[in-house]
Amino acid sequence: MQEYFLLFIGAMFVNNIVLAQYLGNCPFIGTSKDTGVALGMGAAVVFVATLAAAFTWLVQEYVLAPFGLDFLQTLAFILVIAALVQFVEMFLKKMVPPLYKSLGIFLPLITTNCAVMGIALICQREEFGFVKTVLFSFASGLGFMLALVLLAGIREKLAVRRLPIAMRGTPIGLIMAGLMSLAFFAFKGMI
Amino acid sequence: MILTSGLTLFGIGLLAAAILGIASKLLYVKEDPRIALIENSLPGANCGGCGYAGCSGAATAIVAGIAPASVCLVADAETSAVVAAIMGQEVVQREPELAVRDCTGGLRATDLFHYEGALDCRAAHLLYGGSKSCPEGCLGLGSCMRACPFDAIHMGPEGLPVIDSTLCKACGNCVDACPRGVIGVSGMSARLLHLNQTTDCLAPCRQKCPAQINIPRYIEQIKAGDYDGAVMTIKERNPLLVTCGRVCPRPCETVCRRQYVDETVGINMLKRFVADRELRSGVHLPVPCAADTGKRVAVIGGGPAGLSCAYFLRRLGHSPTIFDAMPALGGQTRYGIPEYRLPKADLDWEIQGILDLGVEAKLNTRFGRDFTLESLRADGFDAVFIGIGAWQASGMYAEGEDLDGVMGGIEFLTAHALGQKPETGNKVIVVGGGNTAIDAARTCVRLGADVTLMYRRTRNEMPADVEEIVGAEDEGVQFKFLAAPARVIGDENGKATHLEYYEMELGEPDESGRRRPVKKEGSEQRMEATLIIPAIGQKPDLGCLYDDNEEGTCPLETTRWQTIVADPDTFETAIPGVFTAGDVYTGPDLVISAIGDGRKAARSIHYYMTEAAIPVPETTQKGMIPYTLFKEIDSVERKKRAVLPHLCHGEERNCTFNEVEGPLDEQQALAEADRCLRCGLVCYDRDEPFLAEERETTPDS
Repeated sequence: MQEYFLLFIGAMFVNNIVLAQYLGNCPFIGTSKDTGVALGMGAAVVFVATLAAAFTWLVQEYVLAPFGLDFLQTLAFILVIAALVQFVEMFLKKMVPPLYKSLGIFLPLITTNCAVMGIALICQREEFGFVKTVLFSFASGLGFMLALVLLAGIREKLAVRRLPIAMRGTPIGLIMAGLMSLAFFAFKGMI
Repeated sequence: MILTSGLTLFGIGLLAAAILGIASKLLYVKEDPRIALIENSLPGANCGGCGYAGCSGAATAIVAGIAPASVCLVADAETSAVVAAIMGQEVVQREPELAVRDCTGGLRATDLFHYEGALDCRAAHLLYGGSKSCPEGCLGLGSCMRACPFDAIHMGPEGLPVIDSTLCKACGNCVDACPRGVIGVSGMSARLLHLNQTTDCLAPCRQKCPAQINIPRYIEQIKAGDYDGAVMTIKERNPLLVTCGRVCPRPCETVCRRQYVDETVGINMLKRFVADRELRSGVHLPVPCAADTGKRVAVIGGGPAGLSCAYFLRRLGHSPTIFDAMPALGGQTRYGIPEYRLPKADLDWEIQGILDLGVEAKLNTRFGRDFTLESLRADGFDAVFIGIGAWQASGMYAEGEDLDGVMGGIEFLTAHALGQKPETGNKVIVVGGGNTAIDAARTCVRLGADVTLMYRRTRNEMPADVEEIVGAEDEGVQFKFLAAPARVIGDENGKATHLEYYEMELGEPDESGRRRPVKKEGSEQRMEATLIIPAIGQKPDLGCLYDDNEEGTCPLETTRWQTIVADPDTFETAIPGVFTAGDVYTGPDLVISAIGDGRKAARSIHYYMTEAAIPVPETTQKGMIPYTLFKEIDSVERKKRAVLPHLCHGEERNCTFNEVEGPLDEQQALAEADRCLRCGLVCYDRDEPFLAEERETTPDS
């Protein structure tokens, strides 16, 4: 049990997908201007990352590994994630329209989100079992959401402060992301 | 290996495609084909000005029925027609709307803003609660400017947003961005229907004006030389500006902040200046009216309340018909105000301007005799407005007042206005201290009589305007203060010959704050009179409401002052669809009050006919807003108030009915307009030198 707990905490804080692994920086900067938007994007990533990791684990385990085609991992995962996102979009649109509406534009955006791809690939590199893969990807998604919401909060406050024009917007966002990244290094000692 | 790899990837792809293909068949969501059609018809600017996320969002909203076919702000009318055709709708011309800034500024007030670095209005408002003293005014940080997708707003040299009407699309983004409600989007109808709100930027004069005229705005326009603009600003609240420019007792000036520096701004002089300019041009400025609604309203009474009500109803697109018992419209402005104060030709010209908008008038038609509420309903009128005024003179409660040679003030003035040449003789006694008494006295002077005005208190307590009292003194009216009529004495023919009166002295103050006059016992004296005019008060003559029913019951609830009871906010009487305002509702009051209430009643009638419910916002301004009333005004130079020129002098003045006072000339008007402090709720203009000093000392502000 402790192993799973540590895996969860580790994925969320110590090896945070954005702030420690530096993956998914474009949506991190692009959708962190408003906490509401950040929450929507975070939720979409949690949802898709968990499903994608689970499916790619199955593809790796039952298609690629038995035929010795591990080198096709990246290509195959891109295919699987893209198809999965499309499927999820269709499914939600038909079956859960309110959730589909609330996720809005973020759902198709995730197709090209390297954080989702990265989570799936890390699970393979670490040779996790299915349960650990699901847990890790869920925790990583939460870690992404946490970082996104925190940065959005900071940027909302920054938007109304007196700043040099050259620093406004993305530059100060990147600086803040860097500072947050340094702060998250403090979690390194935890595990 | 290559073959295996290719086949594997192809297989995974094929499987994914097959799954997606089956899924798309099973999970297909039917989308309205009109959405795509509409989206293709829109210009594809994706500006978001419509309030929806891009053209796709707007198209979805149109099909969902949330947005109208004209929602796109950058598209032309043709596009709206195409979209409407797709939706099977009809295109109706919409009244043009514009963003309007309702804050006069206060750049030179000491309390502009100090925000510790915050650069956005919303931030200043939310983070610090706004440290500016004015709780409503513009913060001047330009959030509205940044919110405007059409670059229609820029910050003017005074730190206030300036709206470019040619670029404004009335999208409302600036309204959403402004945390203080300083900017609003409105069209003509919305402006006509707007009642003063405590959240508006209301200078004291604007709060006090019964008609809610935007006084600072029209003075500002005069200052800028935009005289026609000033006329139109006044006409948004008052169609009788020539009349009011002459006879208004100017409640606005009693609260003018300038009085704490030197003298109040001559607000009414300025109104008269622009009104007379239009009058002299001989051409009425075009007044816009909304598209016809086909609703018909019967306006009973063609006095200031009825004329105002009809004018505003017409501007809102309705079709009012005025019914008046007299041979000409104008009510007491025509029959109660003498020619020397308000020439009839000028009044006629002004009323013609209202009729020219499409208001119908039926004269010599008396309510209760020629028509009734029921007959109006039967004739298809959607609503009725009763503004029949207060035409009955109150008695003196003195013995013998029904003798020949005693004539009520309003009756005398009406008879004179109708050209009936009432017999005055050479010795007239007018009893009373109000404007009607003075009007009657000054009229009798012009008819060649010796006039004595008898009032039971002293000159200081007279309710008449000071200018009128001075005018009467100048023209030779004798005053007998501290005297009250006891009885009228007549000769054997029943003709009044003398008025017996008591001498009075002032006792304790009564509920009106004036000292109550007390009779001196045994002080009776007699004064000779050929005509006695009691001008003590007026009350509505409700006989007309009683029809011919013998029981004498009134279909409307009335008060003991013979006024009609109505809702004080909506002016609706107990009978749905019947509204009232003016003297018949308030009792004798000012012309400007009747005009203001006439508009409020028109507003209620409009909502009654179009939406059934009449909205009355909670923040509607009723009394003066306490924190706007200052007692000290700093850093303002003293400047002399203009004086209206006298048009006739000496002997000529007492024997003709020519107008006594004339308008200001342009130079005087500009100088007077320049005295206006351009007040807001708490801000006002200080003079330039002081401002320069302040800028040096407070660079942050």
